[in-house]
Amino acid sequence: MPEAMQSPAEATYWLIPGHFLFLIIHTLGMACFAFIVVQRLRPLLRAQSDLRWDRPWLRLGRVFQFWLGQWKHPRYPGAGLMHILVFAGFLILATRAFSLILGFQEHALFSGTIGRVYDAVRDYATTIVFVCMIVAAVRRLLFKPARYAVPAKYGKAHTGDAVFLLGLIALLMAGDSLFEGSKVAFEVQRGGTSESLAWLSLPWLVANVLSYASPAALQSLHLGGYLLHDLTFFFLLCYRPFGIQFHVETSLFSVFFAKLDKGTIKPVRWGLSDEQLDKVQSFGVKTFEDFTWKHMLDFYSCADCGRCSDNCPANAVGRPLSPRFLSVKARDYCFEHYPVVGKANNGTPLVGTIYSEDEIWSCTTCGACEEECPLLVEYIDKIVDLRRGMVDDGKVPQSLQKPLRALESRGNPYGKMEKKKAEWIKAETFRKTCEVKVLDGEAQADTLYFVDSVTSYDDRMQAIGRATARILDRIGENFGILGSAEKDSGHEVRRFGEETLFRALRDHNTEEIRASGVKRIVTSDPHAYNSLKHDYDGIAPVEHISQVIAREVAGGKLKLSEITDRKSVFTYHDPCYLGRHNGVYEDPRTVLDAIPGLKRVEMNRSRDRSFCCGGGGLMTFYEPQEEQRMGVKRVEMAAAAGANVIVTACPFCLMNVEDAIKVSGMEGKMAALDLAELVERQMG
Amino acid sequence: MEILVCIRRVPDTSENEIQLNAAGNDIERDDLVYSINEWDNYAVEEAIQIVGRVGGNVTVVTVGGEEDEEVLRRQMAMGANHGVLLADDSFAGSDAHGIATILKAHVAKGHYDLILTGVQAEDGGAQVGGMLAAMLDYPFASLVNSIQVLDGGKLKITREIEGGNKEINEIDLPCVLSIQTGINEPRYVGMRGIRQVASVPIPAYGVSDLALAPELVGTAAARLTRVDYFVPPAGKGARMLEGSRKEVVEQLVELVRTKGGLR
Amino acid sequence: MTQRIFAYVQHKNSGLDDSAFELAAAARKIDPAASVTAIVTGSGETLDATCAALSAIYGEVWKIANPALAYPNAELVRQALVQVVPQGSIVLVAHDHFGIDLSPGLSIKLKAAFVPDALDLKPLGGTALEAVRQEFGGQVSTHVRCDISNGVVINVRPGAFKPTQEAPVNGRVVDKSAEVSALKSGRRYCETVLAEAGDVDITKHAILVSVGRGIQEQDNISLANELAEALGAAVSCSRPVVDAKWLEKSRQVGSSGKTVKPKVYLACGISGAFQHLAGIKGSPFIVAINKNPKAPIFQIADVGVVDDLLEFLPEFTNKVREQHMVAH
Repeated sequence: MPEAMQSPAEATYWLIPGHFLFLIIHTLGMACFAFIVVQRLRPLLRAQSDLRWDRPWLRLGRVFQFWLGQWKHPRYPGAGLMHILVFAGFLILATRAFSLILGFQEHALFSGTIGRVYDAVRDYATTIVFVCMIVAAVRRLLFKPARYAVPAKYGKAHTGDAVFLLGLIALLMAGDSLFEGSKVAFEVQRGGTSESLAWLSLPWLVANVLSYASPAALQSLHLGGYLLHDLTFFFLLCYRPFGIQFHVETSLFSVFFAKLDKGTIKPVRWGLSDEQLDKVQSFGVKTFEDFTWKHMLDFYSCADCGRCSDNCPANAVGRPLSPRFLSVKARDYCFEHYPVVGKANNGTPLVGTIYSEDEIWSCTTCGACEEECPLLVEYIDKIVDLRRGMVDDGKVPQSLQKPLRALESRGNPYGKMEKKKAEWIKAETFRKTCEVKVLDGEAQADTLYFVDSVTSYDDRMQAIGRATARILDRIGENFGILGSAEKDSGHEVRRFGEETLFRALRDHNTEEIRASGVKRIVTSDPHAYNSLKHDYDGIAPVEHISQVIAREVAGGKLKLSEITDRKSVFTYHDPCYLGRHNGVYEDPRTVLDAIPGLKRVEMNRSRDRSFCCGGGGLMTFYEPQEEQRMGVKRVEMAAAAGANVIVTACPFCLMNVEDAIKVSGMEGKMAALDLAELVERQMG
Repeated sequence: MEILVCIRRVPDTSENEIQLNAAGNDIERDDLVYSINEWDNYAVEEAIQIVGRVGGNVTVVTVGGEEDEEVLRRQMAMGANHGVLLADDSFAGSDAHGIATILKAHVAKGHYDLILTGVQAEDGGAQVGGMLAAMLDYPFASLVNSIQVLDGGKLKITREIEGGNKEINEIDLPCVLSIQTGINEPRYVGMRGIRQVASVPIPAYGVSDLALAPELVGTAAARLTRVDYFVPPAGKGARMLEGSRKEVVEQLVELVRTKGGLR
Repeated sequence: MTQRIFAYVQHKNSGLDDSAFELAAAARKIDPAASVTAIVTGSGETLDATCAALSAIYGEVWKIANPALAYPNAELVRQALVQVVPQGSIVLVAHDHFGIDLSPGLSIKLKAAFVPDALDLKPLGGTALEAVRQEFGGQVSTHVRCDISNGVVINVRPGAFKPTQEAPVNGRVVDKSAEVSALKSGRRYCETVLAEAGDVDITKHAILVSVGRGIQEQDNISLANELAEALGAAVSCSRPVVDAKWLEKSRQVGSSGKTVKPKVYLACGISGAFQHLAGIKGSPFIVAINKNPKAPIFQIADVGVVDDLLEFLPEFTNKVREQHMVAH
């Protein structure tokens, strides 16, 4: 019996000395990987600039939270748990993998107790990863979770590739276990123990299974195991950049460089002054190279998990948009036009080839996709950039051209006259109990109530304006409105890609707000709130009315009477631009819970998982191709939660929900109202 | 192909409330916003598309004053290559015949293969295109909703006639066509595009440039003049159903039953 | 009135339509005593039948038969008219797709003035005429004054001049074909493509639920569908609905769409532009439902409801269903 097992470095593989063979494999493998990575970086070098180096400590902290801490993963508990285990396993095993590769033979990385603990952890990691691979493969093949499905128009299913990758990783674990297990089995035969292997771990099992094998066989398996591990490792390394597994390498960077400021929209070009911007030839993304390098990195980082599309309301109602496939198609385009081997060919327009116009217009910018993505891939900025490109080329649907023209000539999308903007304050019964100041230069106030277009002009939504005014009056706020001097906030104008018109509206409003001398701004419209907060600068701080009410209720200034209607069950629908984009979830709920006797239930999809009502601003004019209205789905969710009254804090949500109630025939069974309307009613 | 599109700046019907003024003899003109006549917008888009297919230039022209330059610029931002303003004090008060005379003088100075107008403007007259064609002795077709360029200086066009039917004609160039809405989907013209053409020169031509005798145009030459605006007295009109929605529904159901011969 | 009055009547194989009578009524407004001459162009035997029918309405009928005029090509008709109509005459034409094509150029060639789309006419002593027109899509009316000393071509709005009950005239038919020669134009007629049949023939329904811009969104058309189903009616529409591609062209009622003769016409969210109303014949019972109390449709409807369409229709449909009302 041979004294000790030969290590791979010492052995000879088919006449090639081990250490030489592995030197070749490792060198070639690394070189190949380096080459591939350089090729993959090529399009990023041609991309637009993106300023992502600011606030590095904050970014580092987020790397710990989202990358190392896998923060978003548990939102899907089953898959989330598996991924966390595999990710942890990868990190633990990486140290081992490198030691194997560099050392060609087993080096005790750590000595003594730490060493033994590490070895045990390492063995269990191998086992858990292996088991997870089996479970994941079975899940893909047999249970087929819906979010992985590939609709026919997007091509073939990705199951084959997924199972292939899962298999390769399992093979990697198997190779390692074989390498370890065969060695220990050999030693056991010579009188040693298998204590060095963690009990019931995969290497341990292998060692036990192999305990009766011949020494020669064990030697072969030992050497073979190493070779298998090595080849699989380098194959995976070089294969990953060709598909979704590239996220293994790019995720660290996509998280570090991820967008920090929710609710904002990227500028047309980073780092350009307004004068320089005027000289720019083309706005927006028309060809692939118009994307910024970070957006291209996002395409590489998308792991095809489908969580974004699973939560996308446009996707849920059958619009042609599926965020997952925005990334997948762009990535495929990139791989095709920037091949690892071969010449790059670039510059073809994206809209009309890989993307359709309707696909890009379908997005309500609700942010559900970005909220869900574990890799922090960004979508809204890409959609806005694509829209900017279409606007630049004049490709705007007729249904949107009319409100855009009206915004340009009248400052509101309805084409109504400026002098009628403040008509709502003159309603007969309202005027007697509440006088609203118009800050036209003579009148002054501390607080500006920024009403915005829909609340000012829409017959139904004017009720929200009046309710808000009464509430401000009741709490003793010295407030006023801008009246005809107020133009649309421009929130959707920007998000629909008409940047120049947006700036004109913003600059006009900024001047008017500054001239009024107000110290703070309140609005009842979350779109206006988001715009004033994030798109405007140099103006007074802005709050949403729900925040004001919550404070006054808590402080005792606003007393709300008991609900008399015993049959109403309320549910609160989180507006996207109040909730998800700005984190205001609790204040509206605090207000509702402060109403004595109010029965409130929570929908399954609430807070940051709230389901978009259908969109606001310009989206209310767009005619999408869809199977159902988003609002109808939301009303069904409310009914399923046991509610018969939907309370929301956004005029567009209210509009969409009320329309949906009519269209789905639920009039009389479901009602809707705005938080301000409810508070006005209960404050007496 | 050299295409001339005759356009007009009009009060935008969708963004204005057209009402009589206090005196009751004209429309209220404060607070009106103006834009290009909707039909003309379709015509310009069509011209740009034709030139995109067969090459050439699109010139937009209007008869008016400084305030009309903005529609010329907007259409140039859309894609028209040149803009021309026909302006002169003596043009004021011209009727459609006068406008057509002025346009004819401009056409005579240049060389255009195709002249487009919209079917009508806000006054619903639908006159200028047909008059211009007759003055030039060019063949004319109105209500055109499809244009195909054929070889040999000809077009195949479709006219919209009653019942949704289409009349297919062949017409020789040079000719005049009046364009109906719905022929295409006009592209969007954004603020940025307009800013980019803000300083492109737009030549203005008057009577001397056009070699036009002033007595042929303007108020004196006009044979059709507007006397006033008015809203016709209400007249009989409909019998308005009164009451709550429930009551109105009941009344209407009865009426529809009897009038419709329903059981 | 010393000028001769002519009425150009379109010859159609289907016989005389309302325009023949309306033009005569319009001429009577200009000069009740004048003898009006109808001019008809065409080719073949049916032309003679048309001339015969016209001679019961007009004192004189000028027939221009020419193979080139077998299909009414406005360019050729214009040339023919210029050869027979004396300068200085008054020529009345219907303001439809043909009149729009013919008249502006005709006025130039006759060196006459032109009044488009007239709703009413009033002579102003000798050399002038006052007409009523509409502007801004019918939102306002205007009086216009026309100098007719060198003649005038007047396009008359279809339906504006109600035919009056006059005793049949025994007019004579004059064949003017020989005076017309050398008809040649840079525009040649090829063929007529009929509108696609579509799944529903709105001309065959006794009750129509018609939607206009006031329906606001394509999805809301379901409200009209439900009412139509409850009534056994069909859904039709005005032009903006077709332009927005919410319904097919075959559903359009109007001068560029279909002409319908229902018993009951429910105009939902339709403002009442004349091009739309031009498609409604036979004096049906017209119900107008519109949010805007000033909508022109209320002028011509029999019964009006000022309400939000989207709220009113479902309630109305429910009531109809309740009462099990069904059309024969």
